Amino acid sequence: MASATTVEPTRRDFLFIATGAVAAVGAAAVVWPLINQMSPDASTLALASTEVDIGAIPEGQIITIKWRGKPVFISHRTEKEIKEAEDVNIATLPDPQTDAARVQKPQWLIVIGVCTHLGCIPLGHQGEYGGWFCPCHGSVYDTSGRIRKGPAPRNLAVPQYTFLTDTKVKIG
Amino acid sequence: MHGHSTFEPKNGVVKWLEARLPILSFMHGSFVAYPTPKNLNYWWTFGAILSFMLIAQIVTGVVLTMHYTPESTLAFGSVEKIMRDVNWGWMLRYAHSNGASMFFFAVYIHIFRGIYYGSYKAPREVLWILGVIIFLLMMATGFMGYVLPWGQMSFWGATVITNLFSAIPFVGDEITVWLWGGYSVDNPTLNRFFALHYLLPFIIVAVVGLHVWALHVCGQNNPDGVEIKDIAKDTVPFTPHATMKDSLGIVFFLLLYCWFIFYVPNYLGDADNYIPANPMKTPPHIVPEWYFLPFYAILRSIPDKLMGVIAMFAAIAVLAFLPWLDTSKVRSAKYRPIYKIFFWIFVVCAVGLGYLGAMPPEGGFVLASRILAVAYFAFFLIVLPLLGLFEKTKPVPASIADAVLAKHGSASSVAASAASAPQTKG
Ligand code: HEM
Ligand code: FES
Repeated sequence: MASATTVEPTRRDFLFIATGAVAAVGAAAVVWPLINQMSPDASTLALASTEVDIGAIPEGQIITIKWRGKPVFISHRTEKEIKEAEDVNIATLPDPQTDAARVQKPQWLIVIGVCTHLGCIPLGHQGEYGGWFCPCHGSVYDTSGRIRKGPAPRNLAVPQYTFLTDTKVKIG
Repeated sequence: MHGHSTFEPKNGVVKWLEARLPILSFMHGSFVAYPTPKNLNYWWTFGAILSFMLIAQIVTGVVLTMHYTPESTLAFGSVEKIMRDVNWGWMLRYAHSNGASMFFFAVYIHIFRGIYYGSYKAPREVLWILGVIIFLLMMATGFMGYVLPWGQMSFWGATVITNLFSAIPFVGDEITVWLWGGYSVDNPTLNRFFALHYLLPFIIVAVVGLHVWALHVCGQNNPDGVEIKDIAKDTVPFTPHATMKDSLGIVFFLLLYCWFIFYVPNYLGDADNYIPANPMKTPPHIVPEWYFLPFYAILRSIPDKLMGVIAMFAAIAVLAFLPWLDTSKVRSAKYRPIYKIFFWIFVVCAVGLGYLGAMPPEGGFVLASRILAVAYFAFFLIVLPLLGLFEKTKPVPASIADAVLAKHGSASSVAASAASAPQTKG
């Protein structure tokens, strides 16, 4: 009980804190539009899906289409490529995922063609796993688009897609 | 270093202005009467060279903007129009693009000068940190400027650099989409980069103002690293001495700058940037502008994405901590024999990293960049703290006047009037 003269909070203290709190909320309300204006605008969001006719892609070929300004690889995989993708012991992978979890139909692999390292476009049918090789910093992907070697941390992303018919897919 | 102005206006209009806004006496005190150490060498002219380059970039930039279109389908064409149709357009663009390189060349010399002569030590820590901030702002400005012509290197450089932010845990992807204003680098990205590329140089002007203010509070460091003791003996007035020396430095620098503009304007650029941006095709070999290469090499030397990004930013951030990492009481490398050796090793490492940043990330190059990256950090985090404890330094002169007389003693007639006699002849 040395000192301690507790002063009761006054009306003035209350008004002071309340005013400060309202000012802080007001400032945040002004800052938010200034920050949020930089996010994708309505027209960018509206371009969200694309339909592709895949009937003409021969087995063993990869085509690249543009979706949301990015390349998407559609790979018509051969038996050998499918087998290689399925036979991997996933415990040995940097980003473990089975091939089955990455495809809807085994002969069609559909992935976003953007290297998960720093965004370059990997080159198809290259690299020691016969999948993709990224020329920028040397990441190597397999025939399931999974990262096998190099600085990229994750597998090539699988976009949302649905098969409208056997030869038509809608991406997005 | 204030209050040395001998400014006494006689003119009535000047007196009238002075009583209301003492701007003329302020300018006089800062750039005419301001006492500069007698022993400054030509490495001290780079501050003036940098100020000159900043103004040159702003002037050429403003006039380029009169012809440039920041829209992804038109930008490349508008730059080609500047090159072919606009009166003197080719010269203005080459002056601006090579100006960025010259600006960085000068800033690197300026920074190495500071490290060699210990210019960051007390009481100049804030001055030094302001310099590191200017360096960061310059890098942001240079990077965004390089995106504007919207060629292949513009586009893919922007893609790789903005993707660095995707390494941030949890929110990285959201931040990247926010930076782009879409799902990839595209027109919204170009628009905002243009707005910021126009803005940042003026922020740099403001920070340079603070930098010079801090400089004029502490006074300049000098090659001997001893503080000014006696204004009359140790210093000479800024004008005409420093003004003339700085002007000569700028003239020689301009020779080099003009040689680039008129003889090898594309030497420092990348041929791929004359191919319009194609979001569907990555060039086989992406290299940033030469002035980013050492940091790019550090990024690539680490096989992990997040760690690579952290190491790259740390390589720049570590500069800001230099005043506290260097534990030696002696400022100048002139009196630190071992530090001097490590300094030059550090320069070789930094330049070596620059070379490796331009090489493909394969085999021996990767190993070499790992070794040099470790050496880069070791200089700051191991060598500097320990050297201060173990190094046996040479005796430091008592004053700037002593140092000058030791060097020029017998030849100089002022020597007779100087207080202390020279001890050795340099
Ligand atoms: C810190 C100062 C500055 C630096 C380091 C800088 C750097 C750059 C760089 C590297 C480029 C690309 C050049 C090329 O390859 O074509 C560029 C382009 C451009 N800059 Fe700057 N800049 C600076 C200041 C400014 C200012 C103040 C403005 C406008 C007021 C400006 C306007 C432009 C424009 C319109 C372009 C596109 C035309 C072109 O590519 O030549 N810059 N800048
Ligand atoms: S962007 Fe593909 S390896 Fe770096």
